[in-house]
Amino acid sequence: MNDKAGGGPEQPRAIVVGHGEFAGGLVSAVGQICGLANELVVLSMMGMTPEDIEGAIREELARTGAKVIFTDLPGGSATIAARRIVKDQPGVVLVSGVNLATLLDFVFNTSVSPTEAARAAAERGKASLIVVGP
Amino acid sequence: MAIHLYRIDDRLIHGQVVVGWGQPLNVRFLVLVDDLVASSDWEKELYRMAIPPEMEIYFADVGSAIRDHPRYAGDPRPGLLVTGDIGSMHRLVKGVKAIGSVNLGGIHHRAGRAEKLRYIFLTPDEERQLRDLEAAGVEVTAQDVPSARAVPLPEVLEGESP
Repeated sequence: MNDKAGGGPEQPRAIVVGHGEFAGGLVSAVGQICGLANELVVLSMMGMTPEDIEGAIREELARTGAKVIFTDLPGGSATIAARRIVKDQPGVVLVSGVNLATLLDFVFNTSVSPTEAARAAAERGKASLIVVGP
Repeated sequence: MAIHLYRIDDRLIHGQVVVGWGQPLNVRFLVLVDDLVASSDWEKELYRMAIPPEMEIYFADVGSAIRDHPRYAGDPRPGLLVTGDIGSMHRLVKGVKAIGSVNLGGIHHRAGRAEKLRYIFLTPDEERQLRDLEAAGVEVTAQDVPSARAVPLPEVLEGESP
């Protein structure tokens, strides 16, 4: 399944893919917070073979021209598929372990290339994980 | 026996394996049995980077997995063995002769396969190999995650939802 989230005129800059409804939920939250969900394409990998996942990501990269892939689990099949793509498309960047803070930072950072924005967003995402209490 | 789960899953290493089963079984080593992966340094590195630091991973083709199975089985740590296809597990079970149960974890749609469960699609030849395993005394069940019911093979082949 793929779904262009948002519907605005801008070309998507990244693909978000994960387990279950994770990607759709995360991108929906981006839309609710700042209205920039149309920067992102949602891919769900439910019921797909590894080859199907890889093919779907490649197709969306080609269709949109996006250069960034966000995935959920570092050990998940979407990440495995994305790593195969990064191997033969050197201009594409993968960020695994994506969270909402990462995506928000990414969609707002339009002053640099999408791949640079992805690297900066990953740092913001790491910093957003905090523990409060004993 | 140190290997707590013998799983067939066409995604090999992924979330359900590493987290879904890995955490409740306290898995400390994985054996990835796949002829193609075992022959490629790049593929091995790809999967090695997908596992958490507390787990160790071994790569083997079917032949070497049969040879090294006593070492895996004698490992004091909890382990999980995965193959990407039914044929590899069939060869492994026939070669080892000490595997009592096989878990069908994810065999997805491809041309020639028919849907049995949401996550199990089989060709007639794959059905035959699974029946052959059961006839040899191996318990074959389908169960994608630990919280799901283990669906016995006859029920899987009937194509009923768990």
